[in-house]
Amino acid sequence: MNKLYGSAPEALGDVVKDGMLLAVGGFGLCGIPEALILALRDTGARDLTVVSNNAGVDGWGLGLLLETRQIRRMVSSYVGENKEFERQYLAGELELEFVPQGTLAERLRAGGAGIPGFYTKTGVGTVVADGKEHKVFDGETYILERGIRADVALVKAWKADRAGNLVYRKTARNFNPMVATSGRVTVAEVEEIVEIGELDPDEIHTPGIFVQRLVLNPTPEKRVEQRTVRQKAEV
Amino acid sequence: MTSVRPSVRSVIAERAARELRAGDVVNLGIGIPALVPAFVTPGSVFLHSENGVLGFGDTPAPDAVDPNLVNAGKQPVTEVPGSVYFDSAASFGMIRGGHVDVAVIGALQVSARGDIANWAVPGKAVLGVGGAMDLCAGARRLVVTMTHTEKDGRPKIVEELSLPATAFGVVDAVVTELAVFRVVEGRLVLVELQPGVTLAEVREKTGAAFEWRDAPTPEA
Repeated sequence: MNKLYGSAPEALGDVVKDGMLLAVGGFGLCGIPEALILALRDTGARDLTVVSNNAGVDGWGLGLLLETRQIRRMVSSYVGENKEFERQYLAGELELEFVPQGTLAERLRAGGAGIPGFYTKTGVGTVVADGKEHKVFDGETYILERGIRADVALVKAWKADRAGNLVYRKTARNFNPMVATSGRVTVAEVEEIVEIGELDPDEIHTPGIFVQRLVLNPTPEKRVEQRTVRQKAEV
Repeated sequence: MTSVRPSVRSVIAERAARELRAGDVVNLGIGIPALVPAFVTPGSVFLHSENGVLGFGDTPAPDAVDPNLVNAGKQPVTEVPGSVYFDSAASFGMIRGGHVDVAVIGALQVSARGDIANWAVPGKAVLGVGGAMDLCAGARRLVVTMTHTEKDGRPKIVEELSLPATAFGVVDAVVTELAVFRVVEGRLVLVELQPGVTLAEVREKTGAAFEWRDAPTPEA
């Protein structure tokens, strides 16, 4: 089975539809599938629900799809750094579900692992717990959170082989492995594609069984969101 | 930013650093907590960042920035011997599972029972909870660093939170520029005054009753 597509638009063209739920990897701008996000915008698909830890920044990452009003609902832990998001949200044009970051990661992991729900103590007593089942285990209260399955999952990895086995790079891994498992169709954007057998089987992070489509983008921009470097005065 | 603020922030960070023990795995929030490493013996603690790295070093030189290596504040950091990377689910498994020894985090309000609010101010745009709820609920010890009062003088240490809560009964210590408190079995205890600060000043600027533990000589 050939998983390699010639371009990001080709890889998304026949799978993305209006009203779908997409999960997208990345933390801030680190480890986001840049080319796939651009291609997603260019599909013109609308009324999307997007599950992603953040919403990009103005003019980059998922911020691009906010400008075009393709996103109806975001499921995120933090959406600062994005004025257009703030404007649309305050104007009631965009729905937002805030999920604590660890709960979001676990919801994607659970969804991908066939677990419909799990209990966590994160958020107990807060607005996050509103309307959720509470249960006491060993004297401590937990809330029920639901697993997330995505219609389409978009991830960014460093290397892949032609079977779709993925290797991530440093903290660009973040949400990508869980997002990869959560997709009914998972598309991975990578910087290098090698032949089957060239990756050390012991060093593969995401087995190719979770990846249906591959796109090569050897030169992503990789913007750094808060570019602080040494030689600075006291903060 | 005035010239006064950095020194207040440094005073808090320096004292918070003394809440850490050699060998601790420590998660630092943004703001004042991010200043803490400057006051810790290099290599004595292991920094954990919830986006997926344990054991990392200082900010890099300009030519050494790796866009694949950032902390939870989305700032570039550096690899050190022993660094390890992992995904977000594993990272929060470390936090929620009680494997992270200490979280140092900022707050808008702390109650006398150790409840904390640090993510939403009513009437202002709410940008999200990030990892704060997971960290507050899961870290084995929670150290709060914050200025003692709001800019307008309102106390941040209160009997009951008036802001949306992040977690309840989880704060172990509060370090401000005036004092250090501990929450002991749901009771707020003043354990130390910062140099030059009087008990009367702390009472005046604290919005909750507290016990005053004698003989709290600062270590050092």
